Amino acid sequence: MKPVSPFLELDDTPRAEVTFDGAPLRLPEGANLAAALLAAGIDVFRNTPVSGAPRGPFCMMGACFDCLVEIDGVVRQACMIEVSPGLQIHRPHAQEADDVQA
Amino acid sequence: MSKRDLVVIGAGPAGMAAAAMAADLGLTVAVLDEQPRAGGQIYRDVDRVPKGRGRILGKDYTDGASLTAGLRHDRIDHVAGAVVWAIEDGFCISYTKDGRGAQVTAERIVLATGALERPMPIPGWTLPGVMTAGAGQILLKQSGILARNAVLVGSGPLLYLLAAQMVRAGTPPLAMVETQTRRDLIGAARHLGGALRGWRYLLKGLGLLAEITRARVPRYTGAQNLRIEGTDRAKAVTFSARGTSHRIACNTVFLHHGVVPNTQAARSVGVVHDWDAGQACFAPRLDQWGGNSVAGLFIVGDGAGIGGARAAELAGRLAALKVAEELGRLSSAERDRKAEPIRSALYGELAARPFLDAAYPPCSETLLPADSTVICRCEEVTAGDIRHYAKLGCLGPNQTKAFGRAGMGPCQGRYCGLTVTALLADANGQTPDATGYYRIRPPLKPVTLGELASMEHVAPDAAE
Repeated sequence: MKPVSPFLELDDTPRAEVTFDGAPLRLPEGANLAAALLAAGIDVFRNTPVSGAPRGPFCMMGACFDCLVEIDGVVRQACMIEVSPGLQIHRPHAQEADDVQA
Repeated sequence: MSKRDLVVIGAGPAGMAAAAMAADLGLTVAVLDEQPRAGGQIYRDVDRVPKGRGRILGKDYTDGASLTAGLRHDRIDHVAGAVVWAIEDGFCISYTKDGRGAQVTAERIVLATGALERPMPIPGWTLPGVMTAGAGQILLKQSGILARNAVLVGSGPLLYLLAAQMVRAGTPPLAMVETQTRRDLIGAARHLGGALRGWRYLLKGLGLLAEITRARVPRYTGAQNLRIEGTDRAKAVTFSARGTSHRIACNTVFLHHGVVPNTQAARSVGVVHDWDAGQACFAPRLDQWGGNSVAGLFIVGDGAGIGGARAAELAGRLAALKVAEELGRLSSAERDRKAEPIRSALYGELAARPFLDAAYPPCSETLLPADSTVICRCEEVTAGDIRHYAKLGCLGPNQTKAFGRAGMGPCQGRYCGLTVTALLADANGQTPDATGYYRIRPPLKPVTLGELASMEHVAPDAAE
């Protein structure tokens, strides 16, 4: 079931098929990935390597590193990536999140 | 490796204005910027914003398109999506773009790295659903998304701007929980002269407040004991105001109590910084052109001290004039003649700033948070941990790294540095200047071995 989003989207733009932890999602193509995931109702992007606490986007400008996700085996900032078709996005595993790559 | 007369780092108003003026004066310029499109955070995505969204954001935002237009110049190479991670003598600037490392050399550098939100550590601020007000603005500007059930917490003009934009979009915030007090406003009255010279800013602020009031958004001022409730995500904001406790259920919390200079790049090359008591942050020690302790490098815009977008643009032009003069494209007399009207405009732009800084001071309970509050988001270090390190003899922020990893996570201290300095200064009875700040070293942003391996034309001394 699609999670209910706490966000309103002003514009309707063409969608791209991606997956988040295996579940299919249709996100606006070319959009900021962190924003698109939030609008799709996903709020927990990862759990911290220290305590396992849930985290999601905080600064949206590439500074806080809280929106980390894993794509093609590399842990990256979702707010610095644009949505493209076929992205396979995963919540990074705790031990890998500690070994962050932008 | 490519060579330029000038490399500008950051494509916000300061960087764009510096680049355009330098190019007009005959210099070859590269503008390195992390974002896919020019504008910085203030004019984020201004070139592709749909009309309706532009109306919500207002003219101050859409006007930024005149600056992005200035980058379309034969002598300017705008390198979008370039993450700068090292600046070395000479100058040699290393960055990553599209998963590959690259370098460019420059006779001069203009750093225009802008501002960061002032850290606002309150209980629950690390929960999903809690973001900065700046993030709320970025979501709207770049992606056209708005929080349906948000509470805005903190103080300052940006909080009103975001609230007014949310009202215009039909998703007004549930409430404004404001931390400034009547006493702050009375104290700010001594800066009223400057505020009146900068009357345009005051008028804009009053207009925003009128929009918020018309929409019947509840406002609480003098709020204290701020806390965000939730386990997996934010569920509510609790606080007290005028002796009464409040709880407002919500999905999203936007925090803001001012912005501070992003000093990471400047510190990495050893620029001397001083504590600015008026703005409660560190700022680089600069001359009237943005010059500093590192010859050939200039710092402009909010990274030089918070002045706002228009002031940033003007400071960018001043630095460009100085660079052009140093590189022989302009006599010093011509430089000064061109600088004069820019300087007088800058003086006007900055006039209201002392009033605003005093009327909307940082929220004091978040400058020195309670012991249990997490202050280093990355390594989950609490304020109590830092106080404990101080008791054990920890004098400065660089020692806290050894005590408990504060500042050593991926954000490299961007969202805990000022808090760690404040906590240590308070615990040790020292000034912020004496306490100091984290030593910032390259890489300024994480780099993968793959990105390094794919680097072309590596300078001999960088290949060691």
